[in-house]
Amino acid sequence: MPDIKITPLGAGQDVGRSCILLSMGGKNIMLDCGMHMGYNDERRFPDFSYIVPEGPITSQIDCVIISHFHLDHCGALPYMSEMVGYTGPIYMTHPTKAIAPILLEDMRKVAVERKGESNFFTSQMIKDCIKKVTAVTLHQSVMVDNELEIKAYYAGHVLGAAMFWIRVGSQSVVYTGDYNMTPDRHLGAAWIDKCRPDLLITESTYATTIRDSKRCRERDFLKKVHECVEKGGKVLIPVFALGRAQELCILLETYWERMNLKYPVYFALGLTEKANNYYKMFITWTNQKIRKTFVQRNMFDFKHIKPFDKSYIDNPGAMVVFATPGMLHAGLSLNIFKKWAPYEQNMVIMPGFCVQGTVGHKILNGAKKVEFENRQVVEVKMAVEYMSFSAHADAKGIMQLIQYCEPKNVLLVHGEAQKMEFLKDKIEKEFKINCYMPANGETCTINTPVKIPIDVSLRLLKAEAVRYNAQPPDPKRRRVVNGILCVRDNRLSLLDIDEMCDEIGINRHIIRFTSTVRFEDPGPAVKTAEKLRTLLAEKLEGWTITISDGNISVESVLIKVEGEDNSTKNIYVSWTNQDEDLGSYILGLLQSMVQ
Amino acid sequence: MKLYCLSSDAAKPCFVLSFKELLIMLDCGLGAHSVLNFVPLPPVPSTRLASLPNYTPPHLNDPLLEGELKECCGRVFVDSVPEFCPPLDKVVDFSQLDVILISNYTCMMALPFITEETGFKGQVYATEPTLQIGRFYLEELAEWVSSGAGGGGAGGAARRWKELLHVLPAPLALAARPRAWRRLFGKGAIARALARVRVVGYDERVDVYGALEATAVSSGFCLGSANWVIRSAHEKIAYVSGSSTLTTHPRPINQAALRGADLLVLAALTQTPAHNPDHMLGDLCVHATVTLRGGGSVLCPVYPSGVLYDLLECLSAHLEGAGLAHVPLYVLSPVADSSLAYSNILAEWVSASKQARVYLPEEPFPHAALARAGRLKHARTLHDDAFSADFRQPCVVFCGHPSLRFGAAVHLVELWASNPQHAIIFTEPDFPHMEALAPFQPLSMKAFHCPIDTSLNYSQANKLVRELRPRELALPEQYAAPAGGAAGVGGAAARPHIATDAPTVVLRRGEARTCGTRRGMARATLSGALAARVTPREVRAGLRCAPLACALRVRDSRVELDEASGVGGAAGGGGVAAPPRLAGAAPDVDALVAELARQGAGEARVERGPDGCIVHLPRHDTLIHVERHATHVFCEGGAEVRHALRTAIDACLPPLSHF
Repeated sequence: MPDIKITPLGAGQDVGRSCILLSMGGKNIMLDCGMHMGYNDERRFPDFSYIVPEGPITSQIDCVIISHFHLDHCGALPYMSEMVGYTGPIYMTHPTKAIAPILLEDMRKVAVERKGESNFFTSQMIKDCIKKVTAVTLHQSVMVDNELEIKAYYAGHVLGAAMFWIRVGSQSVVYTGDYNMTPDRHLGAAWIDKCRPDLLITESTYATTIRDSKRCRERDFLKKVHECVEKGGKVLIPVFALGRAQELCILLETYWERMNLKYPVYFALGLTEKANNYYKMFITWTNQKIRKTFVQRNMFDFKHIKPFDKSYIDNPGAMVVFATPGMLHAGLSLNIFKKWAPYEQNMVIMPGFCVQGTVGHKILNGAKKVEFENRQVVEVKMAVEYMSFSAHADAKGIMQLIQYCEPKNVLLVHGEAQKMEFLKDKIEKEFKINCYMPANGETCTINTPVKIPIDVSLRLLKAEAVRYNAQPPDPKRRRVVNGILCVRDNRLSLLDIDEMCDEIGINRHIIRFTSTVRFEDPGPAVKTAEKLRTLLAEKLEGWTITISDGNISVESVLIKVEGEDNSTKNIYVSWTNQDEDLGSYILGLLQSMVQ
Repeated sequence: MKLYCLSSDAAKPCFVLSFKELLIMLDCGLGAHSVLNFVPLPPVPSTRLASLPNYTPPHLNDPLLEGELKECCGRVFVDSVPEFCPPLDKVVDFSQLDVILISNYTCMMALPFITEETGFKGQVYATEPTLQIGRFYLEELAEWVSSGAGGGGAGGAARRWKELLHVLPAPLALAARPRAWRRLFGKGAIARALARVRVVGYDERVDVYGALEATAVSSGFCLGSANWVIRSAHEKIAYVSGSSTLTTHPRPINQAALRGADLLVLAALTQTPAHNPDHMLGDLCVHATVTLRGGGSVLCPVYPSGVLYDLLECLSAHLEGAGLAHVPLYVLSPVADSSLAYSNILAEWVSASKQARVYLPEEPFPHAALARAGRLKHARTLHDDAFSADFRQPCVVFCGHPSLRFGAAVHLVELWASNPQHAIIFTEPDFPHMEALAPFQPLSMKAFHCPIDTSLNYSQANKLVRELRPRELALPEQYAAPAGGAAGVGGAAARPHIATDAPTVVLRRGEARTCGTRRGMARATLSGALAARVTPREVRAGLRCAPLACALRVRDSRVELDEASGVGGAAGGGGVAAPPRLAGAAPDVDALVAELARQGAGEARVERGPDGCIVHLPRHDTLIHVERHATHVFCEGGAEVRHALRTAIDACLPPLSHF
């Protein structure tokens, strides 16, 4: 029971197809259910047969949690719920629930209508799937069942992105999804409280990068765009419909306004207005500045950015076009790319990460020729720029998050193995905690300390508190309670011994030991007692020692000195059976003192 | 557990709960009935109000009273900045409060009185809409009150009249404790007070200094309205304030979370139990249509949020149906723009049907569409240029304040009072409408009273209490059965009240009552290592026990039990002997003697006495007194002897059992 087991089905030492199985306290939770953009075959989806080779999957999974709407985090959800047949609960935030179906539909269209794939989920399946989703709000504590509790925290990465805290019994895990620790133009920074989870599962896309300041990157981006259009070039910016696109639009819009530029800027997507509407409606999820000013001016009403029409592709002259999808793997952005790539005055700016196998990935790695399925070869003469606008936490941000929530273990996913290795070392060195990085299909077992809830009698605690508070304050002083542990119906309680006896109706039988030590010490008995006290205080640091009427008591052990002023003293040491440890220790101490 | 009541207005509650050494304030409502005793503050100077005659009580000549009282329409009003009735500050020291939990924005208006300049150091918790809309209410109130043109008023605060209540005519003479009335705080104080509020979501568990957990759960009354559940591992207190079981725009009430509480505190029920809000909304639409058809305009004195959204939605649809879609709707308030805009971004706080619209994506409320279509217009003030230029009649104007003592409504009533074509429709339940209209008599414009209060009415509240089954119930006196045994069955219908079988604590302003159960247990955690060391033995069927000595760690009020470190390190001899047993009766002496022999303790002599017996082991200089309730071993031998003795006695103790 005290183990936490994690098996990544995707995103283990890899980016794309995030899907992590978590099991703790007898519950199995699936974290994200993404698809891989780089594959067109069955590798695109997580291998659900790992969970159960045959038969219904629902009984094996207690809930599915989706961190945000990017397809590498939610792309396989309709497949799982409608085609594999999962019928259990699915959780995501409200904006994710609103936006995910649009992206899924977009992707479905590209896959089915352009690539002509069959055996893909249908529009209706997406709708049915989303109907099954339970939307959660930030910080709301949701009881999935009697034992499993989840809670969402703001993650900043895209609109509605959340990190999830998951608890079963006394064990807890935080899964970050993708997050961003620095606020950007439209989103705030990820935040979590000091929840001290047993395990933090964090993404590590930028495990080795410490990015230069945001301002510099923005200036760079604007400079490059401006230079290109000034020379009459066309700038293609492949983006996903929601997320980075909005940030870049705000950036260009303000720059165009400030510089009074007239070059046309297009946003190539029927969705533009709709997408921006989502941002308007979920403005509570954007950053403070936008929230504060939205009544006067909504940042998502753009003046300079116009909708794009396919016929504009061949228009002469400079222009800037935002087109989907973001990794140049299909769709309009790829079409535009094919047309514009052979001319060197043009430029493509990749504002985000590209998974392996996509055209974006190829050209970023310097490919000068790109071959397509129909043997069409396109020469790439246009400038290819990479601007890391993708809102992931960098190494510094990841370390910061670990500092915020103080996990007992860290597990890295959603990154490349080599980079993870580096970060793993760093985390282990800096925080002295274990760090794991399982590969896909590899199970990682993490041991956690057991903590059992127990009811303690207030009488016991109050008596202890009275004793403790009567002493001068000392944070190092030991605090001890002595009671009777009762187990009833699998519930534990700690009772005061008298309470316990009253409760079950018995009279206690007390067993007490008394031993005598003879001590040659001329002088009054009180003086001897004082001597003993000094000795005991020295040896028993942190224990409560009191003296009254010549009787010393060390917590529950009594020591009494008797004898005439000038003769041998009898020192009686008396303790109850429970205190044998302490009693015999004190007795031994006194005996050795006498010798 | 103790509960203090600091407010006399059950609809604007303020309680303080003292529990687990914490002082928790539940709501801080601001009584506003007092403003009805003041001369209205028109936003633009009014000659009528400025030239009201002074009033002097007969046979009294007090120069200090000069100009404080005015006579208007046969009644006496105080000519001064209006004053409000904040919660009582003498019973609880506000600097000692640990937490303030706010249920909804109508119950937080006294916040600055509690937190500012009182030494308050605690935390304030509210949901995001409560904070935002509460801010609108407070800012609007502050703006209306401070920007009033002051008429011919003396400006300063009138005080002398409070000393002379006994010679003043009713209703002023009946004013409740006017000396405790306070002028409104400034904008700075409002901003500072609101800056203290920590935002929580529904069902978020808020840790209260480690001792308690507070959770806001949806109450269905307005955007972001919450009931609070305060719980520890063993106790549960539910604070139900401003709840509604009707279907309107906010998220529906979450009853399950309130069930089975040890104490249920009930506050802010409906103020108009005789009026059904649905019927009133229907009436309002009819009255408005009739008035508009007749060429008159309609004035609705309202707050800048809440029912206003429902009014806009229903009335606009109704007017459209009646062919009056061209009639403009105006919302006049310093916060109108913000209030209307905010309501449309609170998607996570609205009802399921409104939420579904957000996924399309469309605004949850239709007023954004109305505004785009030009049917709905809003302005900060009456003399806003754009507004004046655009203003045309007949129209419907929504503006504050419902008391008709300040705000744009004062000017519009003054303006329209003499025209019988116009109508004023009261919807807010906070003020009796005839009282509100008193300084505007004689009135020719039509006045309708359609109070819409979606809070629980008495039969709904009784049903709720029955379903929630609290162990104890606490109520303001207004909601309790009338005193003196309301046995008068045949008499006039008894005042509606809460009737329950549960023990009930009735509170009135300034009172404190002990309530709730006595605590017996506290929750702690036991470390696995310690748990592995104890082996509980069956004491009786279903109950296993073991003595346990453990180290206690208390951090942030959380208690942890762990292994007690050994005595003086290795000095204790390392290996700990078998844990001692809990003994229920004396050992059997004969068995003990036999066992001692077996353990090699040697010959034992037994002396039997009246109370027990003494076992003497001469070889080890040891005496064992065995009595009924105690066994005392006087042992002069070494540790190994003692060990043998312990083992022997242990073996001879009869098993613990019930007898």
